[in-house]
Amino acid sequence: MEIEVDRDKCVGAGQCVLNAPDVFDQGEDDGIVELLDARPPRPLWTAAQEAAAACPAAVISLKED
Amino acid sequence: MTSAEPTTYPFGEPDRLEPDPLFAALRAERPLTRVRLPYGEAAWLATRYEDVRTVLGDPRFSRAAGVGRDEPRMRPHLLPPDTIMSMDPPEHSRLRRLVTKAFTVRGVERLRPRAQQIADGLVDAMLAGGAPADLVEDFALPLPITVICELLGVPYEDRTDFRLWSDAFLSTTKYTPDEVRLYVGRLREYMAGLIAERRAAGGGGEDLLSGLVVARDEDDRLSEGEMLSLAEGLLVAGHETTASQIPNFVYVLLNHPEQLETLRADLSLVPRAVEELMRFVPLGTGAGIARYALEDVELSGVTVRAGEPVLPAMASANRDESVYTDPDRLDLLRKESSHVGFGHGPHHCLGAPLARMELQVALDTLLRRLPGLRFAGAEEGIEWKDGLATRGPARMPVAWDTAD
Repeated sequence: MEIEVDRDKCVGAGQCVLNAPDVFDQGEDDGIVELLDARPPRPLWTAAQEAAAACPAAVISLKED
Repeated sequence: MTSAEPTTYPFGEPDRLEPDPLFAALRAERPLTRVRLPYGEAAWLATRYEDVRTVLGDPRFSRAAGVGRDEPRMRPHLLPPDTIMSMDPPEHSRLRRLVTKAFTVRGVERLRPRAQQIADGLVDAMLAGGAPADLVEDFALPLPITVICELLGVPYEDRTDFRLWSDAFLSTTKYTPDEVRLYVGRLREYMAGLIAERRAAGGGGEDLLSGLVVARDEDDRLSEGEMLSLAEGLLVAGHETTASQIPNFVYVLLNHPEQLETLRADLSLVPRAVEELMRFVPLGTGAGIARYALEDVELSGVTVRAGEPVLPAMASANRDESVYTDPDRLDLLRKESSHVGFGHGPHHCLGAPLARMELQVALDTLLRRLPGLRFAGAEEGIEWKDGLATRGPARMPVAWDTAD
């Protein structure tokens, strides 16, 4: 799985961090998404999918390989 | 019905925390329906989960396009154009990013020990005073008010005043339009006064208001009006919603004793319980703020024309049977799609992480420290708020078991 985020559209709601804290973080100064792991191991895939579904600004895209 | 005449909305007076009884039929038969609110032009009301998410999240729907229109609304006054709720990205993002750092998941976790300390202090006082206590005045209001006052840098001792102005801000019928104008004006003067104090002090403050003054005066990242509107929004939205949801959640739990027992037996379920309760409780007395279509958009087979407003009914979306199994059942172990209790899209509640944390602390503390928590006397002893944009008890007497 490969993850991409669109930081320009991110609204800093933090839903990704709640769902997948090992994959996503928020910047200290602006709350904008930071990708910790663009190719997370399989055990984190479900969490990453939940984060993508929960993102209110739909800025997380997943490519399954 | 085939009549083109819009239906009056809300369809009836809110009944405690019951979702509007017409929503289920509308989702099934007329997911987009023409309505007229107490103020403003006629609008579409969207009741299905998917449509509500589209209206809130799809860039073909706009808040900025509502500026200058007679927006469909519950409250007499229009939102000013310089509030974050009247903007679309990227203007909206410019303002929102000035304050998001205070509401990140990690930032909010740093506030948790302080919120816990406040909650414990309030329960200490309830225990010392003995049952019955008023869950609203003695716990639900002071907890979020203290937290948001400390975060913003607003003096807690001014709460009686800003509670009144905040109620006026959220008034549908509680106050007359003239009173609303007067009190909303007072809130603006008050906020301007706090900002002036920051300027006179010459900077250096750690609170959010000080941060906004720096963003305005040193970095020119927002206008004076935008700064004041943002600060007012943070103060009002930063306490009223959570203060309503605390007694709302307790009310729902006390009416679902089996679910309550599940939670009491395992307080590690509190975060999940908060999510399910956010889904289950219709906090608003009406639908969400209207979004204007920027082009023709089809929703559930109906074409919304460019320029038409659509009202997203979040309380209906959260009970959509195509998304949630047995949607009218409270199920704290439910693991289904994200609710839209905090909204969706760019305007998704900025304070959601703070609200979640406060609601978790509140439920955990109340259930842990007040064994046998129950309504004091009959449930009819609860007084419900009236004439406001939010639902919830104005007074909720509770009792608990004592050791002796």
